[in-house]
Amino acid sequence: MRARLSVTTAIATAAALAAVTGCTEKGSSAGGDRVVNVTATDDKCEVSKKEFPAGHVELAIENKGSKVTEVYVLFPDDRIVTERENIGPGTKQTVTAEVKAGDYTIACKPGMKGEGIRQAVKATGKGTAAKRDPRLDKAVAAYREYAQAQADETLPKAEAFAKAVKDGDVEAAKKAYAPSRIGWERTEPVAESFGDIDPKVDLREDGLKGGQKWTGWHRLEKSLWQDKKITAEDKTLADQLITDLKDWQNRVGKAEITPTSMANGAKELLDEVATGKVTGEEERYSHTDLVDFKANVEGAQQAYELLKPVAKENDAALVTELDKQFAGLNTLLDKYRADKSSYDFTSYDKVGEADRKDLSDGVNSLAEPLSKLAAAVVVK
Amino acid sequence: MTDSAEAATSSEAAAPSRRALIGWGGAGLALGAVAAGGAVAMARDGDSADDAAPAGAATGAAIAFHGDHQAGIATPVQDRLHFAAFDVKTEDRAEFVQMLKDWTAAARRMTAGQAVGEGAFGGLAEAPPDDTGEALGLKPSRLTLTIGFGPSLFEKYGEQFGIADARPEALVELPKFAGDNLDKNRSGGDLCIQACADDPQVAVHAIRNLARIGFGKVVIKWSQLGFGKTSSTTPDEQTPRNLMGFKDGTRNIAGTETDRLKKFVWVDGKEGPEWMAGGSYLVARRIRMHIETWDRTSLQEQEDIIGRDKGEGAPVGKAKERDEPFLKAMLPDAHVRLAHPHSNDGATILRRGYSFTDGTDGLGRLDAGLFFLAYQRDPRTGFIKIQRNLALDSLNEYIQHVGSALFAVPPGVRGKDDWWGSSLFGKEA
Repeated sequence: MRARLSVTTAIATAAALAAVTGCTEKGSSAGGDRVVNVTATDDKCEVSKKEFPAGHVELAIENKGSKVTEVYVLFPDDRIVTERENIGPGTKQTVTAEVKAGDYTIACKPGMKGEGIRQAVKATGKGTAAKRDPRLDKAVAAYREYAQAQADETLPKAEAFAKAVKDGDVEAAKKAYAPSRIGWERTEPVAESFGDIDPKVDLREDGLKGGQKWTGWHRLEKSLWQDKKITAEDKTLADQLITDLKDWQNRVGKAEITPTSMANGAKELLDEVATGKVTGEEERYSHTDLVDFKANVEGAQQAYELLKPVAKENDAALVTELDKQFAGLNTLLDKYRADKSSYDFTSYDKVGEADRKDLSDGVNSLAEPLSKLAAAVVVK
Repeated sequence: MTDSAEAATSSEAAAPSRRALIGWGGAGLALGAVAAGGAVAMARDGDSADDAAPAGAATGAAIAFHGDHQAGIATPVQDRLHFAAFDVKTEDRAEFVQMLKDWTAAARRMTAGQAVGEGAFGGLAEAPPDDTGEALGLKPSRLTLTIGFGPSLFEKYGEQFGIADARPEALVELPKFAGDNLDKNRSGGDLCIQACADDPQVAVHAIRNLARIGFGKVVIKWSQLGFGKTSSTTPDEQTPRNLMGFKDGTRNIAGTETDRLKKFVWVDGKEGPEWMAGGSYLVARRIRMHIETWDRTSLQEQEDIIGRDKGEGAPVGKAKERDEPFLKAMLPDAHVRLAHPHSNDGATILRRGYSFTDGTDGLGRLDAGLFFLAYQRDPRTGFIKIQRNLALDSLNEYIQHVGSALFAVPPGVRGKDDWWGSSLFGKEA
């Protein structure tokens, strides 16, 4: 189940938006034609108007259903414009947002689950954003869903890892370590786009800046594999890791994701492999680099597959090459696991120099054409 | 003073003099860069008339890419080298041929001083530029790019590429020579590219961009940077010195000696596969010098070992560098005596070696020596013959061959529609 922004945070966000825009509006509330009444029930999401002028828009929400609901205004690629959750049955809430001209979706989610019941709406006026290929919007929406699912699936695995640390069970913690990182490694560019979470959860010791406290997975990795013991501080750090990962999970929906950032994010995942994993620096104590490696490739491939239909129209040869190189690298990685459905990869300290070069060559062979994917997506 | 230097110094006006000096240092660097681009030959001392480089060299001009022979063999030797050996990764003949064509197109542009593809800037903001950009604003710097095919290309890909029957007899596996201590990670290669230029950045840029185009099809197996050419193909220039401080390659074949080139360097097509006509064979050897022990060797012994004096470079018993050596005056194990054509049934090679220094090894010794490059029409009667004769060379105490490779260098690219290797691959491609 997804955790969401707390009500107080959402209200603060809405208030901030109102405060910023308030000076140009009459009073603190939106003009009459910019008020949209949303009536939510258990199976309906009715809106009073489907077109309204762009600008400071107010949603007046009433939950007439029997379940707690939440209401979203979404961009065409499912990025959240604004949201309000925890709207109890029989209650009213208002949410405001600065909305530019363009197409949007209003979604009610009775029970606060799933895709929600959706209504297409339009903000009219000047300054309409350039129309994007709807297939690309779909690709971004699907990728966001993937990124969210990765975060959602990571939490229980990370909690299992944290529990083992708190139980002082070194062996169980070692076992739970690499699996707890897979979802993160698959979608790392999304997490990195927030700027503040990555340094808290995935920093290596040599990346510490003056005065910075070392927290996150790799700090615990060092305790487990090098120090071979769990300290009281490690137990606190395990809790902190979960707190920080929940923050990540909560923010995926608002991440700036574009077709270009998806394409370049895929390339960045390969860059991560090229600079950190093939050298064995990423998991220098646990030597589980190949698990991260595989996850990075999977995440890159997911972004690529979603962009492929458009890329193929613009650069068919590139798509052929990328299909071949993804397949080649995956085949190479399969050499390092007995069971192709498991993530039990060979410990990287057992991978010799010549094999590491092969892996490095495979990464370069894929990453170079992958760096051209963004161009193939934006080209008209 | 340049404008930028002036700005730098005036902004530091109130600062201590040392800071001001940093500003001046910047001006010095800028002037140095201009001088380096302006005249390569002037960098050497000695009588400047003799040092005059052929027309074009002083301006950093472009060397013609097209011709019957590849540039970079008989071409007057440039100051810098970046040599790279590649392994092939694709088994798809069409893909490999396309890469050779893409490489040729890029080489054609780079040797003319132009950027690869659509350039290093001005393109799509979302995509990396075609060219990496570090050679922007630099002169062509007499860049030459020369390609060669190794024996392993025919062994490993002969069937897939349809070239199994095309392997030249002369493209042998080099035998193990006395004293060899070869590192397999610095030896062999399915392909090689020799990049020579007067500016190291231009040479490095060329290999870097070709490697980038090659990703997915070929991978770099090893590479070597070189400086301070140790052989000249222009006898009107002073013979350069190697890291042992000796003049090296005095008797090297000159680029203008058409007859000797024909006799010793260019394959004529009668003795080997037709596709090699106009080509040559390249031997590349990384020769480590035991610099520290050499430097502790007495001058007399150094001169005895080489067979020339250190100052003038004259052969033992002679006065001038270019005097004909009298081999019997030298010790029986002197380097010049054993390497001389008269000791090798007339075997002669064209040398284009460079000094190298790759920092220091783990024992605090300079990792330095000679990156030996030799072209010949048949390595069996060229390098192999001579190197076998060098088994007794007293110089061997101070050197060790640590890397080795042999390549068949195809003929030149003959025009805009031609490409590297077309004589070997061109039939159905």
